[in-house]
Amino acid sequence: MKNPDLVIIGGGPAGLSAAVAAYEAGLRDILILERDRELGGILNQCIHNGFGLHTFHEELTGPEYAGRFIEKVNALGIPRKLDTMVLSLGPDRSVTATNPADGLFTLHPKAVILAMGCRERPRGALNIPGTRPAGIYTAGTAQHSVNIEGFLPGKRVVILGSGDIGLIMARRMTLEGAKVLAVAELMPYSGGLKRNIVQCLEDFGIPLLLSHTVIDIRGDKRLTGVTLARVENGRPVPGTEISYDCDTLLLSCGLLPENELSRGAGVPLNPVTGGPLVDEGLETGIPGVFAAGNVLHVHDLVDYVTQEAAQAGENAAKYVLSGEKSSENCVKIQCTGGVRYTVPAQVHPGTKSLKIRLRVDKPYRNKRLTVCADGVPVLSRKRPVLAPGEMETLDVTNLPEHFSAITVALEEGK
Amino acid sequence: METRTLTCIGCPLGCTLKAELEGNTVRSVTGNTCPNGEKYARKELTTPERILTTTLPILGGDRPTVSVKTAAPVPKGMMLACMEALRGIRVSAPVNMGQTLVENLANTGVDLVATRAVGREQF
Amino acid sequence: MQDVVIVGAGVSGCAIARELSRFALDILVLEKEEDVCCGTSKANSGIVHAGFDAPAGSLMAKLNVAGSRAMEALSKELDFPYRRNGSLVLMTRPDQRDALEALMENGRKNGVEGLEILDRDALLAMEPHLSEEVLAGLYAPTGAIVCPFGLTIALAENAAANGVKFQFDSPVTGLSRTGDFWTVHTPTGMIQTRTVMNAAGVHAGDIHGFATGENMKIIPRRGEYFLMDHAVGDYVNSTVFQLPGPYGKGVLVTPTVHGNLLVGPTATDQNDPDRTATTREGLASIREKAAHSVTDIPWRQTITSFAGLRAHRPEHEFYIRETLPGYIDCAGIESPGLTSAPAVGELVAKIAESILKPKKKANFCPTRKNILNPNILSQEARSALIERNPAYGRIICRCEGITEGEILDAIHRTPGARSLDGVKRRVRAGMGRCQGGFCSPKVTAILARELGISLTEVTKSGGSSVLLTGRDKEVQP
Repeated sequence: MKNPDLVIIGGGPAGLSAAVAAYEAGLRDILILERDRELGGILNQCIHNGFGLHTFHEELTGPEYAGRFIEKVNALGIPRKLDTMVLSLGPDRSVTATNPADGLFTLHPKAVILAMGCRERPRGALNIPGTRPAGIYTAGTAQHSVNIEGFLPGKRVVILGSGDIGLIMARRMTLEGAKVLAVAELMPYSGGLKRNIVQCLEDFGIPLLLSHTVIDIRGDKRLTGVTLARVENGRPVPGTEISYDCDTLLLSCGLLPENELSRGAGVPLNPVTGGPLVDEGLETGIPGVFAAGNVLHVHDLVDYVTQEAAQAGENAAKYVLSGEKSSENCVKIQCTGGVRYTVPAQVHPGTKSLKIRLRVDKPYRNKRLTVCADGVPVLSRKRPVLAPGEMETLDVTNLPEHFSAITVALEEGK
Repeated sequence: METRTLTCIGCPLGCTLKAELEGNTVRSVTGNTCPNGEKYARKELTTPERILTTTLPILGGDRPTVSVKTAAPVPKGMMLACMEALRGIRVSAPVNMGQTLVENLANTGVDLVATRAVGREQF
Repeated sequence: MQDVVIVGAGVSGCAIARELSRFALDILVLEKEEDVCCGTSKANSGIVHAGFDAPAGSLMAKLNVAGSRAMEALSKELDFPYRRNGSLVLMTRPDQRDALEALMENGRKNGVEGLEILDRDALLAMEPHLSEEVLAGLYAPTGAIVCPFGLTIALAENAAANGVKFQFDSPVTGLSRTGDFWTVHTPTGMIQTRTVMNAAGVHAGDIHGFATGENMKIIPRRGEYFLMDHAVGDYVNSTVFQLPGPYGKGVLVTPTVHGNLLVGPTATDQNDPDRTATTREGLASIREKAAHSVTDIPWRQTITSFAGLRAHRPEHEFYIRETLPGYIDCAGIESPGLTSAPAVGELVAKIAESILKPKKKANFCPTRKNILNPNILSQEARSALIERNPAYGRIICRCEGITEGEILDAIHRTPGARSLDGVKRRVRAGMGRCQGGFCSPKVTAILARELGISLTEVTKSGGSSVLLTGRDKEVQP
């Protein structure tokens, strides 16, 4: 098999956007590897609307948003292999994959873009005690059943976690005929968008129980019930138990960047995000390997995935076409005062402008996000409200010629 | 005069809006940070609307379902009636993106359109 | 008329079936669940115990050591995963020295080879993650690990290939004796047989009661476990036990043959023979206890926790004998029951042989091949395989790298997988870090297609454990 210049692992929103951007930056020899039988990734099952306000200035459904990019990729004639699973990535950027048509094959591209997305945190990782019957699904798995297969995974439902997928599934299950009894959220606030709380829960009278979690799961073969309890200081409060008779428990308890391939290749990862440590060009610790989208850090809006992946695509194209290698000495970006992480996590000296994406550790009001180079502010932005569920973006355009420290801080101030 | 409380969905601020209603007329809105908040409250309290999205089963297609949406928002109170009207409806492949699959859904005057294409089953 | 009815398709029942399939006998295995390996055999430590623990002179000790010695050869004959990783029993207090030496002495009496007591430095050289508290330990080089599903399924498949019949979803509801034969009652009919073998695990007391009219006390003893991701499967290399101490019977930390890390079990006696729920307290106690032997266990890498039941007799001894003419009990098979299975099978077969006086089969086939794992093939061989059968080129379970080809093989074997869990136990699809989030809809679809049933009939583990309850817009809450 011929070796393409650029292999993009994953044909979801990140992979598609990266492919288009790499093509538009002049690269022609691109190959997308996608494990599903069609392009589009998780957007294919996100049939609700609300996508694309930033990118297209209109509200699209997931399949429509994906469709726009699939059309572009088709129009540009960018090759792809579907039904293809990448099995390993080597430190030399070799990509080994398999599919029914080509068998097992290894490619040796000049650059690789990691666009594998993320996966859901399963029950086991949550340590919920109880039995292990049928009827416990991650929200995304249930979404696949309902929206792709056309089958409901249950009739009476409790949802743990008020992330957006959980909220969206509360509405979907209700519309399709199930009874959603409650949504429980461990934190004292919801990680989901306000709009989803109103339109997915309040519209249908579904209660949202904050500071609650599942403390027991019942049922031998199929789920027969769960018990919720209020949580204080990380512990269930005795006497606050509420028991539900239900046949289904959906889990929407967080997403984890899918970096098994990256880890196998020795790509250094950020323990906070679970994604690769990248520089200002979204290049990982392995030269020529770039990362974008949910594999890098979990996004709340697909529009941001698109933007980020375009940047990775453009830089991967530059890397292949100019053969330019960046120096190895990076300056680490320090996060302080409630900033959990930044992407990129490090910057090459000499960088002039820089897009910093970040998240905070809890909800805040009336704060400032300030970027300093060697202690001198280069950017400061007012933020009346900040939430851990919402990614923030800072466009730094005026970094000094020389710097040896960059900090991003959350500060008091109107 | 009736007072209604609602959460603005316009932005992450999520302002708690208080509106004074007289019958079906909004007299005043407070608690909003920006003009969008007031606009949202007036609309939401008088003629709330939603885009409805769901799927329909496909016959003879290369996938089991097609995703669909209402081509325009429908009254919030009509969502379940719209779903009821779709029960039992099957669609034959192929389907084009944007194709109208149900006209005047549940007498809302709004059509139901496909949000993706579906090809014929491959043998 | 059957020659043999075996009640229970766990590891003991399957081992008995496989041993007896050497003879020209009509053998039927009755199982109340939908598959083999659904009870105690599916949820345990997966340890091949060296044999130093069982009281010297007991049947348990004898069968343990015999099973431990037979297991490696059996794993080659029947092609299931086995690894001799050695085991350690650690002491953390100076006053435990006598107990440690007594354990070694007991092991020597039992005939366990190679036992030695190692000091802290020697232990640390073997296991760098041992806790500060560890002072010394008993090393048993013959300790090993095995895949409990792999062993049980291999025995069942080999038995089936040699003519044994399996009947699932068939709980035994009564036993009666008429003249020279037994009548076995099941909800779907009565079966007449010359002999009955009770290998019903935690339910063996019920079967014993049906046969004899007398009580046999089997206490379901629940053991809870944590299973961790491959990423930390090499956190320990040997199976690390604790000497019973001030905090009760300890827990073990061990790698599994599939490269995960397993920590547990608790030991809680209960009345319910079916309840395998985990508890907050149980899981917390594992974390607390394990820290005494192994330090900084990466709990964040937990992919699931589960519980199994051991069929504990107050006498803590296997009960294997012809209790009534033609009725053989094989009860109280608790740890080291998995290790002992090959020897249990032989012993019960001997008893049956003395009753039935059967002829050996000329065409008995002692070997069985496991489901082909493409991951172990060279790139060329794997490509050639995919060319012959493209299903081996389609990955269904991304975490464990399981192909559609393997899943099809699992479904079409005898006895074959009929549920998600059946597939999981045979080929590990859904056993990885995402716990089936990605592959369960795909495996469900494959099961429906291959078994010729609708998606709403596919189950997680048989019975009422359906996965999908109806078409969109067509269910009533």
